[in-house]
Amino acid sequence: MTQTELPFPGLPNGLSGVPTADAPQNRKEFASDQEVRWCPGCGDYAVLAAVQGFLPDLGLKRENIVFVSGIGCAARFPYYLDTYGMHSIHGRAPAIATGLATTRGDLSVWVVTGDGDALSIGGNHLIHALRRNVNMTILLFNNRIYGLTKGQYSPTSELGKVTKSTPMGSLDNPFNPISLALGAEGTFIARTIDSDRKHLTSVLSAAAAHRGTSLVEIYQNCPIFNDGAFDAVKDPETKQDAIIPLVHGEPIRFGAPDEGGRGSRGVLRDPGTGELRIVDVAADGSTDGVPADALLVHDAHADDPATAFALSRLTNAGHLNQAPIGIFRQVEQSTYDDLARDQIATARGEADDVGNALSGLLHGGDTWTVV
Amino acid sequence: MTKQVKQIDRVIIRFAGDSGDGMQLTGDRFTQETASFGNDLSTLPNFPAEIRAPAGTLPGVSSFQVHFADHDILTPGDSPDVLVAMNPAALRANLADIKNGATIIVDSHDFTSRNLKRAGYGENPLESGSLAEYAVHAFDLTGMTVEAVKHFGLSRKDAGRAKNMFALGMLSWMYGRPTEPTTDFLERRFAKVPDIRDANVTAFRAGWNFGETTESFVVQYEVKPATMAAGTYRNITGNLALAYGLVAGSVQSGLPLFLGSYPITPASDVLHELSKHKRFGVTTFQAEDEIAGVGAALGAAFGGALGVTTTSGPGIALKSETIGLGVMMELPLLVVDVQRGGPSTGLPTKTEQADLMQAMFGRNSEAPLPIIAPQSPADCFEVAVEAARIAVKYRTPVMLLSDGYLANGSEPWQIPDVSAMPRIDPAFATEPNHTDDKGAADFWPYLRDEDTLARPWAVPGTAGLEHRIGGLEKADGHGNISYDPTNHDFMVRTRAAKVERISTDIAPLEVDDPSGSARVLVLGWGSTYGPIGAACRQVRNQGVAVAQAHLRHLNPFPRNLGEVLKAYDAVLVPEMNLGQLSLLLRARFLVDVVGYNRVRGLPLRAAELADAITDLVEATTGSQDETSMPSADKETVR
Ligand SMILES: Cc1ncc(C[n+]2csc(CCOP(=O)(O)OP(=O)(O)O)c2C)c(N)n1
Ligand code: SF4
Ligand SMILES: [Mg+2]
Repeated sequence: MTQTELPFPGLPNGLSGVPTADAPQNRKEFASDQEVRWCPGCGDYAVLAAVQGFLPDLGLKRENIVFVSGIGCAARFPYYLDTYGMHSIHGRAPAIATGLATTRGDLSVWVVTGDGDALSIGGNHLIHALRRNVNMTILLFNNRIYGLTKGQYSPTSELGKVTKSTPMGSLDNPFNPISLALGAEGTFIARTIDSDRKHLTSVLSAAAAHRGTSLVEIYQNCPIFNDGAFDAVKDPETKQDAIIPLVHGEPIRFGAPDEGGRGSRGVLRDPGTGELRIVDVAADGSTDGVPADALLVHDAHADDPATAFALSRLTNAGHLNQAPIGIFRQVEQSTYDDLARDQIATARGEADDVGNALSGLLHGGDTWTVV
Repeated sequence: MTKQVKQIDRVIIRFAGDSGDGMQLTGDRFTQETASFGNDLSTLPNFPAEIRAPAGTLPGVSSFQVHFADHDILTPGDSPDVLVAMNPAALRANLADIKNGATIIVDSHDFTSRNLKRAGYGENPLESGSLAEYAVHAFDLTGMTVEAVKHFGLSRKDAGRAKNMFALGMLSWMYGRPTEPTTDFLERRFAKVPDIRDANVTAFRAGWNFGETTESFVVQYEVKPATMAAGTYRNITGNLALAYGLVAGSVQSGLPLFLGSYPITPASDVLHELSKHKRFGVTTFQAEDEIAGVGAALGAAFGGALGVTTTSGPGIALKSETIGLGVMMELPLLVVDVQRGGPSTGLPTKTEQADLMQAMFGRNSEAPLPIIAPQSPADCFEVAVEAARIAVKYRTPVMLLSDGYLANGSEPWQIPDVSAMPRIDPAFATEPNHTDDKGAADFWPYLRDEDTLARPWAVPGTAGLEHRIGGLEKADGHGNISYDPTNHDFMVRTRAAKVERISTDIAPLEVDDPSGSARVLVLGWGSTYGPIGAACRQVRNQGVAVAQAHLRHLNPFPRNLGEVLKAYDAVLVPEMNLGQLSLLLRARFLVDVVGYNRVRGLPLRAAELADAITDLVEATTGSQDETSMPSADKETVR
């Protein structure tokens, strides 16, 4: 997707206001001279490669792109990109990016965070960024573990997770990041997988083009401390049953393909209760199963996040063997930073001499003169 | 009747009533009248932490003290000459502070047995003779107000509400205050509710007329205008002056101001005020918490804004980690701490200056930053501009330590000439500053200016200067991550040296010693300037020589501070904490300064401090042969 393929043609997209490059760019220009230091086989490599590959396609001036990260393995990301970048402190990147994006409408602002960074120490900032809908794209690297601190359970680890800090199993229920973000009424919420370069790229493009806070949860394998956590959605043998693909405007189908190449299972919505159920889809001409035209058609643009929320609940909370992947929600709403800049522009009115205005301000109120 | 007019040189009046009685407004109006009359003045509002504690109870009492004079004064005064008490609780809560022989004016309307009991009075003090030492004037102010405004058809309750304006009118007559500022104010304030407006104006006039006609008052007082330097003045509180100073720092630097803040007493007014000034390009962001407030300000600073965060002590505790990040990334950032009583929630509406150590050391590791403190409400303006100058020039977070007294207290301020204010040059990096091995131009974010040791500030959007910064230690010069021990040692020392270098860019400490022969120095910082100055005057009036100096810069200290300390036989350091500046001075200069420490949530009392100074001077003069240094303050915890 390029900059011109907007989700909402005619409306300002996530990148309008950011100056475009004079000449085509290539991935090499976006790679910094720093040696990448993740563990061999870490899912972060694949995401970095995808991002370096897709940033040139945005066609933006490189100097107008900023990556802000928190702390964690994934948070080293900005060092490897030759854009402006800030590797900040644990959990605070969304807050820092909020100040930057609000004062600088000409920047494309990206946040890189982990499951611990975003959902544990920084949970408050994350939900408030989503609520405010500041124009930025948040990449949440979810490996369901604390990588950098060497393997403690995280707020997305399954209940009963045995780690160094939970030798008898963890006791707290995990967050489902998508459900949480929908609860905060985020306007762009998606999930993708580190190893699926094509899907990852298409979701990132849509996220960048969205005006407002985009949250992209990336299932990321940590081969050192939580290897195989996402095998079900990656293994060619199992993924057709594990991935529930969400494509706007398409009926939600997955599972072993029928003769027409379409998934043999699907998602059905009970019109009375709104509850979602996974059902077998009737083959053409058969009455065995639910007819294909009764399946839920994915509507990412629905104003009410209820169905998106119900879809997010189809993700396993325990060991993962089923998860919807794709864009859950993508709705248009005013953004905090645009409104803040508008207020200033309105208050400014016709450009005048601020020096004079300052003198006027200081002389306001009751004054008296001593001669 | 014709009344005698008596000249006096100064008066301290305290208006006290229930939180709902409008005492802050009354005090504020009296102050504005006094300011426009041309007296020098100083004010001290004092209100409870509860918004509306139960009516008529001691915790619900709110007061406003104003000290005005025909000469320059430094404090709101220790002890009122006149107490206006609108109910029994207000009388009881304030009686201990007033001198024998002082005038007490009470609204007798509320002295019912129920209200007396609520205030903890067993019997009516107006009748029991317990107030015999005072000149008591008890009037039914509420009754007279209701009577005066009855033709506006307000409910009894609404009519009674204007009693504060009746009291204000009466006091305005007593001290010959001009009335137009208040009538104009009331007309503006209540323009949309004509009967309330008219009732208030009428009550105010009725109070004035009552003062003029009642036989109870035989004298009217006159306090002549003070001589002040030529210029235009306004009365200003510290928080307002601080907000204006921040706007001025933005205008003078050309950097848009971004405030990230979370409401907290007594700092919230700065957020409220800055929110009004969007026309100056000011963005105010009410964050989800203090951490987000300072984070957003730092993010904005990375983008080239003047990043500011405002809070009080508990908020600083939350912001510490992010301030440390600012120290590491060497970005300009203004951190305003309007200190209040602590620890923890402490005394949220009262003053204290016990965050000095937090400002100095309240971050992990070696994280030095400049600290600067205003000495009076109006001084907050200049100090805010100076904080902006230092932050921008040295690329560093700067901590500004105001306090609850400065925040809400007020004094006349000579409005500066904006065209004469110096500009602050952000000096953004626009070009590569280095050539790599292959001869190509590149940008090194930690290649420093030799004079200031400041690193270049290259903001996103500047082509060719793309770089990454962050909390991990960076190599000197090119700024890539470095775990090298020697580099770390060098960077730790360089960050400290950069802050220390600011001492060459600030004025040396000036000592005020009219006698030229003082052997004792009184050294303070922050809002104790007023009480210390007043105490020194009292001591000097007794013929005792004492020197006074006041620190604006607490980190780095002025470069001559060591010399100044060593020039005196004894140094007294009054603080509203248990000796935090004392600790720094002893550690830094090996001078055994003497602490004078009061942590009562209120400004220091000048008279008490004067006694302590006199004692120390006497002990110093008398102890020439003794080896031990005298201690003026037995309460000091060392
Ligand atoms: C204030 C603070 N607390 C704790 C840490 C230690 N710490 C660093 S990263 C991390 C967890 C990171 O987990 P996650 O966000 O999932 O990132 P990952 O390493 O898995 O990519 C913790 C606890 C820290 N750096 N700062
Ligand atoms: S610990 Fe895990 S997440 Fe961190 S770099 Fe290694 S593989 Fe990647
Ligand atoms: Mg993790």
